[in-house]
Amino acid sequence: MSAPATSDYNLDEEFAVKRTLIQRLQITLHRFPWLSSLLVLIFVIIVFGLINERFLLPSTVSLMIQQTVIVGTLAIAQTLIILTAGIDLSIGSIMIFGQMLMANFAVYTTASNVLPIAGQNPWVAILLGILAATAAGAVNGFLIVRFNLPPFIVTLGTWSVFMGLTLILFKARTIQGPEMPEQMKLMGTSFPVGPFNLTLGVVVMFAMYLLFAWVLKNTAWGTHVYAVGDDPVAAQLTGINTKRVLFSVYLVAGVIMGIAAWITIGRVGSASPNVDPMLNLQTITAVVIGGTSLFGGRGAVIGSLLGALIVNAVEMGLSLAGVDQAYRITAIGILVILAVGIDQWIRKVKA
Amino acid sequence: MSTTTSTEPIVKGRNLVKRFGSVTGLNHANFDLFPGEVLAVIGDNGAGKSTLIKCFAGAHTPDEGEMWVRGEQVSFRSTHEAREHGVETVFQTLAVAPALDISANLYLGRELRKPGFLGKVFRQLDKKRMKREAGEHLQDLGIMTVQNISQAVETLSGGQRQAVSVARAAAFGSQVIILDEPTAALGVRESAKVLNLIQDLRDRGLSVILISHNMPQVFEVADRVHVQRLGQRAAVITPKTHSMNDAVAIMTGALEVPESEQTLAAENRHNPSK
Repeated sequence: MSAPATSDYNLDEEFAVKRTLIQRLQITLHRFPWLSSLLVLIFVIIVFGLINERFLLPSTVSLMIQQTVIVGTLAIAQTLIILTAGIDLSIGSIMIFGQMLMANFAVYTTASNVLPIAGQNPWVAILLGILAATAAGAVNGFLIVRFNLPPFIVTLGTWSVFMGLTLILFKARTIQGPEMPEQMKLMGTSFPVGPFNLTLGVVVMFAMYLLFAWVLKNTAWGTHVYAVGDDPVAAQLTGINTKRVLFSVYLVAGVIMGIAAWITIGRVGSASPNVDPMLNLQTITAVVIGGTSLFGGRGAVIGSLLGALIVNAVEMGLSLAGVDQAYRITAIGILVILAVGIDQWIRKVKA
Repeated sequence: MSTTTSTEPIVKGRNLVKRFGSVTGLNHANFDLFPGEVLAVIGDNGAGKSTLIKCFAGAHTPDEGEMWVRGEQVSFRSTHEAREHGVETVFQTLAVAPALDISANLYLGRELRKPGFLGKVFRQLDKKRMKREAGEHLQDLGIMTVQNISQAVETLSGGQRQAVSVARAAAFGSQVIILDEPTAALGVRESAKVLNLIQDLRDRGLSVILISHNMPQVFEVADRVHVQRLGQRAAVITPKTHSMNDAVAIMTGALEVPESEQTLAAENRHNPSK
């Protein structure tokens, strides 16, 4: 409403307008959507640190970070997809598919339906697992781009399909840690960093966050991902090949899920088809709490890492405070709704 | 045919047909735009003016008919191809990404990469250069000061967004600019600003196609007026030879203008009303 009198389209006067503290906060958060999650994380750490001093022990912090690694890695894939205004419900299921494929190719077990090609070199097995997850991501992308199907429905379908395929091909047998060659569990290797204890998987996760933060900010592809999520019609009219961008996002998400599969084997210490059926929803939770908008076009991967850490910190803090699991789940749910509410408020800036 | 003289159209369409299922958007329509003129395209709703210009913009591909740009026969399958022939379009929806900043929007779809290794291998964008040149383009058109270049487009007013879109169309050495209802969502002052911009573009030697419903604006800036009716070109008139009432009469079919009274060739300008 308060559009300037456009004497010279000069916005300087507009900036000179006095704003209330709340308005300034709103504008700042609008520019850096992940900032609110950083504030929340700091707040959570202070509160739980005061309640229970064990919360801030290096061993607790190390455990918290290690626990974040699966959801944290998968959340990168989910962020990319949500930035395009899509959603991926198949994320956990594809990861488990990749993980079971890796393990079954590396280990010779009579329970598997892939016996003839089992017993591979572990590196080959890992590569095959990542490729399989990539192919699964490509299937999602193909169905969404080629047939114009809504991502929600496509990935709801592939969620089930890959869960079923996993059971058909590899039966329901868990491949235990001792059965697997060491390379399969490499990502679980831990080493001290100062007082903390990190794993290789955590390092890889951090590296991937840095990589994708850079790519989204500094490449044309990154700009196009935002543009496609922001307004697909506009993106297409400016000459962006929106279909190719969308497909590439699902493909890249598949690669990330494949790497997450390897990290998961390291973290869990075995390859089991029943890791956690709620992984898909947990990644969405992390992304949303991290300030990325479900409507697409705004957000940052770094927020999703913060989001995943917040969820873990709240869970850990509440459990250290002796709060029952039922209440912890409730608290996370409230957090999600709050995050979406804040996102809506931030988006109203100068509407 | 390859040399474009002042009387040779820069954009030409003959017998263009475009059907959408059972609906005929264009029914053997002709079109001529001459270098350095502002040609307004008017017509009732459903007369096919948007369909017509979308063919030249590359957003539609005609089912039949032929198109020429600068004497070269063309067939656009995307807006990208139209741009490569120097035809830029400012769509009614503006086609901006609201959450991205001004320079990102200006370069959307044709980003600049850093020279050398960083650009080639890591495909890193040259953000500094994009910001600097975006600022120059905007200043060049007298629309905006440079320090606002990293502002998100959604925080701009309607007229400013329009200006960003026009700047994007004018910035890349284009020869023909198509503006689809540029003032439809604007207030009086902002509309005046955009009309100035259109005249400014013409003064730089660009050819402008202006789609508008606003008759006074059309008669203020246009050199010639293409009246579209029932998917065809009903007449081409000028603000000097015909009145707004005539234009409305042609649009509705109440008046038919014999070809001898039309202005089908390039008009000797400039429009004195400026």
